[in-house]
Amino acid sequence: MLTRCGSKHGGLVTATSQVTPVGKAAGTSSRPVVGSSSVGVFMRITRMALQYKLRLFIGLIAIFLASGFQLAIPMLIGSAVDAATGLEEGSLKIANSAVITLIDTTTDIFGEGSNPSKTALIIIAVLLFITSVGRGLSAMFQNYMGESIGQSIGYELRMLYYEKLQRLSFSYHAGVHTGDLITRGIVDVEGVRMFVQTALLRSVFLIVLIGTGMYLMLSEDLVLGLISLSFVPFVAWRATTARLKLRSNWYSLQERLSALTKVMDENLGGIRVVRSFASQDHEMKKFDEASNETLALANVQVGIRASNISLMGVAFMLSMAGVLWVGGLQVIDGELTLGELTQFLAFMSILLQPVRQIGMMINGYARGSATGGRLFQVLDIDPSIQDKPDAKDLEITNGTLEFHNVSFGYEEDHTLNGVSFKVEPGHTVGIVGPPGSGKSTIAHLVPRFYDPKKGHITIDGQDLRDVTLDSIRKAVGVVEQDTFLFTASVEHNVAYGDPWAPDDRVESASKHAQLGDYIDRLPGGYDTMVGERGVSLSGGQRQRLSIARSIMLKPQLIVFDDSTAAIDAATEQRIRAALTELTKDRATIIISHRLSSLMHADEILFIEEGKIVERGSHEELLTQGGHYNDLYELQIRPSEKWQQ
Amino acid sequence: MTDRHIHERSHEIPPKASIKLGPTLDEEVFGEAFNGQVVGRFMKYIAAYKVLLWVAITAVGVFTVSSITIPLIVKNVFDDALKDGAGDRSKLATMVVVFLVAVGFNFVANYFQELIVGRIAERILIDMRRAMYEHLQRVSLSFMDKTEIGKLMSRLQGDVAALQEFLQTAVFAIGDIVLLIGIIGAMIWLDWRLGLMTLTVVPILLIIRIIWLPYARQSFLRARVTSSIVSGALAENINGIRAVQGMSREYVNYDLFDIRATDNLKAANKASKFGVMMLPIVDTLTGTAMAIVVIIGGFFVLGGTVELGVMVAFVLFVQRFFDPIRALTMHYNVLQRAMASGERIFEVIDVPVDIKNKPNAIHPEEIDGSISFENVTFGYVENQPILKDINFEVKPGETVALVGPTGSGKTSTTALVHRFYDIWEGSVKVGGHDVRDVTQESLGEHVSMVLQEPFLFSGTIFENIIYAKEGATREDVVAAAQAVGAHEFIMKLPDGYETELEQRGGNLSLGQRQLLSFARAIVADSKILVLDEATASIDSYTEMLIQQALERLMEGRTGMVIAHRLATIRGADRIIVLQDGRIVEQGNHDELMANGGLYSRLYSMNYASFDDIPDELIAQATKAARESST
Repeated sequence: MLTRCGSKHGGLVTATSQVTPVGKAAGTSSRPVVGSSSVGVFMRITRMALQYKLRLFIGLIAIFLASGFQLAIPMLIGSAVDAATGLEEGSLKIANSAVITLIDTTTDIFGEGSNPSKTALIIIAVLLFITSVGRGLSAMFQNYMGESIGQSIGYELRMLYYEKLQRLSFSYHAGVHTGDLITRGIVDVEGVRMFVQTALLRSVFLIVLIGTGMYLMLSEDLVLGLISLSFVPFVAWRATTARLKLRSNWYSLQERLSALTKVMDENLGGIRVVRSFASQDHEMKKFDEASNETLALANVQVGIRASNISLMGVAFMLSMAGVLWVGGLQVIDGELTLGELTQFLAFMSILLQPVRQIGMMINGYARGSATGGRLFQVLDIDPSIQDKPDAKDLEITNGTLEFHNVSFGYEEDHTLNGVSFKVEPGHTVGIVGPPGSGKSTIAHLVPRFYDPKKGHITIDGQDLRDVTLDSIRKAVGVVEQDTFLFTASVEHNVAYGDPWAPDDRVESASKHAQLGDYIDRLPGGYDTMVGERGVSLSGGQRQRLSIARSIMLKPQLIVFDDSTAAIDAATEQRIRAALTELTKDRATIIISHRLSSLMHADEILFIEEGKIVERGSHEELLTQGGHYNDLYELQIRPSEKWQQ
Repeated sequence: MTDRHIHERSHEIPPKASIKLGPTLDEEVFGEAFNGQVVGRFMKYIAAYKVLLWVAITAVGVFTVSSITIPLIVKNVFDDALKDGAGDRSKLATMVVVFLVAVGFNFVANYFQELIVGRIAERILIDMRRAMYEHLQRVSLSFMDKTEIGKLMSRLQGDVAALQEFLQTAVFAIGDIVLLIGIIGAMIWLDWRLGLMTLTVVPILLIIRIIWLPYARQSFLRARVTSSIVSGALAENINGIRAVQGMSREYVNYDLFDIRATDNLKAANKASKFGVMMLPIVDTLTGTAMAIVVIIGGFFVLGGTVELGVMVAFVLFVQRFFDPIRALTMHYNVLQRAMASGERIFEVIDVPVDIKNKPNAIHPEEIDGSISFENVTFGYVENQPILKDINFEVKPGETVALVGPTGSGKTSTTALVHRFYDIWEGSVKVGGHDVRDVTQESLGEHVSMVLQEPFLFSGTIFENIIYAKEGATREDVVAAAQAVGAHEFIMKLPDGYETELEQRGGNLSLGQRQLLSFARAIVADSKILVLDEATASIDSYTEMLIQQALERLMEGRTGMVIAHRLATIRGADRIIVLQDGRIVEQGNHDELMANGGLYSRLYSMNYASFDDIPDELIAQATKAARESST
């Protein structure tokens, strides 16, 4: 599917530029989008729903049955009233011919009772009961099919979305707000699901029910029918506009609420700053402002709802008054039976609920096309980094990494410019330079998180672009500066790259990363939960965990991307000593701005503005007396410097 | 089809991978639906809107009465105006007018009940959140230290929202009960025999609902829990995408996610089965009730004991009386949630405030900038003092560096100057006043703190520098930025001082954030500055800028610095060396070097920072220093 999904949007630039505005203003962009695309979105969701043929079929049958049963009830009630008014000239006064026929057939079979009115009432009561049960059962099937198709599509979208996110390259993830991606995966999938569940099948039901109901009423008596239906357009219009108004107001409210959340979150996160400046009053003012803004919008919400509900109610009851008046006059004139009048009243109350739901349905469409559009936008992006069709696995012969004149830029300007170097097994290359010089870019190019703009990178002579991503990432271990802890036990976190690893490998990796003692002291040892809902680790402990995670996999090439910044020098020393065995036949790259981390490297590259400005061993660089030497003076020998 | 999954699931769960993410079923409490204490305290918040509440209750009452009246008027239309062969136009007209009046009442009451109840609920939501938030501004830092922000946030948001829902529900639940009683009353009043017979279905529905409810709730809850597990897994994968891709965990994660998503799909389908199950049950009972009305009512009408209109009114009532029952059983859930939320909210509000202004606390306008610690003993946990009998004095304008290994008590010492905590013994004086005798506001005014981790708020750079300082001008802000050398980079930003900062200042480097926090302290212009120097290594250029800024910052102020950089330490007027909560040495750099104590030994180890020195070496140095002094 990877190849099938995309190709509408070319490279990474279109992909990110399309999405970034959403990331910046997730709230505003999620307003209902009405345009040509919404039809496409709607078609695509419908196509997904069509996969579930059996359930759709049952659902549709249930819809027709439910409508039929639903509409039969007012007729039966009307007929019951007629039947209860007794006989006129010896025969039943029931106006509804269909019910009469039913009664006649039944009496033909079972025989007439002593009192035809009573017999008719009993038959009608039985029919009412059967119709009600039928209505309940068909409504059950209709609702369940709708919900279950919705759930299945929700599941499918969720899986597709998850898979797509895993495939999308770093450049994509770097350009979007994670919160926005999460919202899409949760809220938007839910939006599409609700659309399928409430709008898709339900709309067929509403059309069938309201259409037939209106037809029946109008064909019965045009004037009375029109009066009793007079509430329909008003309520439908009102329900729809109010829903849409509530929706857009809801989005503004959500925006204000997230602003309020930010105020509270920052206040609590920065509580020490707040306390130290004794700025509680200032903070309360900020809170009140944000809070009152939400209140104002929430009140608008309440107001819309109140006027809407009461207006819809009054419209219905005014039509009812009209029916009572006009219908009443007709009854007095003998043109209408009481049963028929009752039938109109009962029809009205049966139509009220569905007409109100039109608003819900329209809202469902608006929400469905907006949320679906946002989802498909992500699903349709082609990952800029993916395996070539004929890619083979990387074949490691000895594990030599080479950069051949590599240039790279995220946008126009180059963060790396013509960088060449080679790391052989057993050797270590250290990379140092000011922030933004391009050090981390190198770390990201090795596992092919990005592709170079110019030049190429090889491992054992094979261009990274020609081999499978999976095999590269198995061969290359990057220890990142920012370690993400998963909500899981320490053990599962260390074994993240190979969840099948035996205990002793996890333990020895942790020990090598100088984390073993700490883990042993934890209340649950290796089973202690860490991450968002567990024990929180300090920066240095997280970095050590990250090192353990990488070295457990024993990758052929190891890149330390400033991964010891938060670890004290002595512990770092111990980690290095513990790793000598592992790195003795592996290529290692150490990126750091702490010289003590890399001065033992076989070759040190000093990078500035994407170029290698100095290279050589520690001693060579010191004698050169360039940038490296300056840095050394500043970092390592401050005491001597001060005494000069 | 258009979309298919990347590969077939292996269905093998790796031994070292977690499936559960998010709450388990047991964690979601099945609490009580009524807790007198919670409701009682909640009432106090409602009491503030007593008048409005009465209006709302009246509106609910009027609405209910008019709702019941309408079918009764229809009954009268049938019986009085349209009676067989005795049609009466003027009576019909009167009835229709009465009907319209009832509709009018119904409309107005409906509008006001919705509006007022909604508004009160929104207002109380704000009030409760505010009460909690304001309290959090005052509770002791030791509470904040050990409480996760996420937990507090969920109380400020989720729990408050649950209570709001409760209030809305409570009013409507009362409305439902009134309506139900009204309908039952009206039916019995119209014809008690027919009424009682029709009402037999009510207890049947109630019993079925009571049996159904626990199972249904369990399945709804499961659907909710599995759904939040799926959401949690998705969010985690997005946040940790680098680790996922870097370690090629895609396939394993896909499988694990599939397990969770499938679990959720099953749970959701089961929940919806429970949901739709009620439809035929309610409809069967409605059908039964209608059949009773038609047969019994019809026979009564035929026999002349009951008027036709009664039968019509009954039909109209039957269609309505299941709604309140259905709603009422649903409300049970809301009640349960609200009680649990209420408990959690009041738990926060009940956290005692340890540090309060004395009733007669003074607020000195000017202080001289001296600090003194007299026999100070302090700790966070009983019987485990962090500081032991500390004595020292800082003269106005002097800069003192606090130095010592991790855990020696440096941070605690600085926190006490601002009275973040109250000490166990002794006294801390600022400007000659015991910190417990002055207001906390005055301490905030006279003592500025710069934290190790610069914390920036979202907003513009200008807003961050001026922060809470009243009366500061734009010139003050620019001057402060210039003084610390931040002006240059600020002007290079797209909107200069008006540049919006991303979350926590994410669009700035650590060094730049540091400089802004210095500028903020300069604008605050306090006599005393307490500074915790950053340990994170920054590049050498920024490092230099920060050192210069630090000097400007200290000018004319009393300074107390937790120093990590040797340059800072050497530049201090005096160095206080702490170890295990005691002062082991003090003096300037040269004096301490000449002393040959712990400081000189640590210093000569050539570490860039004292915090980098491994424990063993410190232990050795300590031992050596002790031996040489005896």
